Amino acid sequence: MSYNVVPGVDNRHSAIEMSSASVERPPGRSVRPATAEPAPVRWLLIVVAVGFLTLFLFLPLAAVFAQAFQRGLGPYLAALREPDARSAIRLTLLSAGIAVPLNLLFGVAAAWAIAKFEFRGKSVLITLIDLPFAVSPVIAGLIYVILFGRRGWLGPWLDQHNIQIIFAVPGIVLATIFVTCPLVARELIPLMQAQGREEEEAAVVLGARGWQTFFRVTLPNIKWGLLYGVILCNARAMGEFGAVSVVSGHIRGLTNTMTLHVEILYNEYNFVGAFAVASLLTLLAMVTLALKSLVEWKARQGQAAGPVVAEQP
Amino acid sequence: MSIEIRHVTKTFGTFTALSDVSLEVKTGELVALLGPSGSGKTTLLRIIAGLEVPDCGTILFHGEDATDRRVQDRRVGFVFQHYALFRHMTVFDNVAFGLRVMPRSMRCSKAEIRARVQRLLSLVQLDWLADRYPSQLSGGQRQRVALARALAVEPRVLLLDEPFGSLDAKVRQELRRWLRRLHQGINVTGVLVTHDQEEALEVADRVIVMNAGRIEQIGTPEEVFHHPATEFVMNFLGHVNVFHGRAEGNKAFFGAFELDYPDAPATGSLAIRGFVRPHDLEVDLQPAETTLVEGLVEHIHAAGPRVKLELLTVLGETIQVEISQERYRALGLTRGRRVYVRPREIRVFSDNPSG
Repeated sequence: MSYNVVPGVDNRHSAIEMSSASVERPPGRSVRPATAEPAPVRWLLIVVAVGFLTLFLFLPLAAVFAQAFQRGLGPYLAALREPDARSAIRLTLLSAGIAVPLNLLFGVAAAWAIAKFEFRGKSVLITLIDLPFAVSPVIAGLIYVILFGRRGWLGPWLDQHNIQIIFAVPGIVLATIFVTCPLVARELIPLMQAQGREEEEAAVVLGARGWQTFFRVTLPNIKWGLLYGVILCNARAMGEFGAVSVVSGHIRGLTNTMTLHVEILYNEYNFVGAFAVASLLTLLAMVTLALKSLVEWKARQGQAAGPVVAEQP
Repeated sequence: MSIEIRHVTKTFGTFTALSDVSLEVKTGELVALLGPSGSGKTTLLRIIAGLEVPDCGTILFHGEDATDRRVQDRRVGFVFQHYALFRHMTVFDNVAFGLRVMPRSMRCSKAEIRARVQRLLSLVQLDWLADRYPSQLSGGQRQRVALARALAVEPRVLLLDEPFGSLDAKVRQELRRWLRRLHQGINVTGVLVTHDQEEALEVADRVIVMNAGRIEQIGTPEEVFHHPATEFVMNFLGHVNVFHGRAEGNKAFFGAFELDYPDAPATGSLAIRGFVRPHDLEVDLQPAETTLVEGLVEHIHAAGPRVKLELLTVLGETIQVEISQERYRALGLTRGRRVYVRPREIRVFSDNPSG
């Protein structure tokens, strides 16, 4: 897990404080922990890190908003109110709205199966879950075109029944689900594996039915990891470009998501429009980061152990 | 409630955890399943609880077949080795869990649940910690919360899986005595799994010694300690010295030492092993008719109620002897001293299955 508490950090601080308080410092000799670097090295490292972040993260971020508000608030809002832009926003929300809950279900089910049960083909399932990460999103899009496209394997059958998947909303939703599907499961598997089966066994022995065990014991134990996975999944679903681009067909007002809409506007030299929509995606990213930090903080709070009471029974 | 296990076998892949195990636990009894790790004792406990399904064989609760009964319906209390407390719940909520998940028709009122949980927490002397989370408790406290949680549903059977395994020696001692008293107070049928022979002998009414998926011996603590049925039991229950010898013509011979041995074959000779506990060996400074072996004092450990000696025998083997402090002082033993060892009691086992 990426948000585990680093054990011992606080202890180390207090140990240093204690030693500096109790030990008289010999004059002219600085006390420095063995692992700490001299001040110039530390400053150099900090400057490099901050400089890198400024150049590659903060500047572009600022540039997005600068471009978007280039001609003031009016044109910015107009670009967002434009029917094609609104349709793109709606489509993005729709596909994320379908993909995220489905991935939530899939992720919990897959993580539950992998972490709590032994079965044949488990390692195959773990590998399959990772597949969407290993494959380029463009390839993922192409897979759907080959499957559901007009000349694809299922194309003629779909045609006969008047079902359109490629160059339509269902294709976009499918592609989004594909690229986001490992996110929740990946987050939960290590968490659930680390927690083991004992608490569930304890619940069952105490008379809890399957659903009571899940909602009262399993879910509370994984809720922060789950929320974290959902946040990441949502960010990826809204920001996906490659896979969606292949299956969308770029029909304005119909099959354009926000990312595709940005690209089209940009290619038409409509910078204010492109960056206005882009600024929404940027805001989404910032909200995601804020939520992520909040969840990490909350999870740490939940895990934080109070003082252990040393008492003989 | 009595528990009966009939011909239970359980395998995990190619590993046989239990093979054809049968035993009976009487109502209100506290038995210990004692054995080394991998002997199948925990698997047997989990089968009784319903957490594992036996490959074949039956489990009877109070004479009724419970083999296919669901875990939830068995009404057993299970105390896990690592407590398995619900980490997101307070001590109070942990203990109340079993009462809150009952079907609505059987569930008691909120006030009753509260009263019962308070009663249980004072029984395990933890009522002042009701609002704490498990991570805020010491090991011994967690174990008592786990016990209170298991007792909350008024189980007819209490199963304890190495309950004191991860506690330090002093806490173990106290909890052991406390469990003994608790069991007498609430009169529930109990099965305790342990690899600690001292724990089993001290706590249980009867001890079931297990090895490699089989039962080696069932008996009271006195029986298994003083009359071990097999070499394994002898070896597992405390230190033991092994002497190799042979048996012929109704006699067993260990070098010049001999004793009556009716199991010896009428013709030919049989390889045998004599087992003597350190406290059943006596040390002399002069050879006697009953001397089993002679040796040199190699190490003396006198800090304790009894003196432990390590002797290097003339056969090049190290044996352990335990004598009283008075005897030690009377003999005036020092390192390197030549001594003669005679057994007060020797148990003879042979490869012959009847022995």
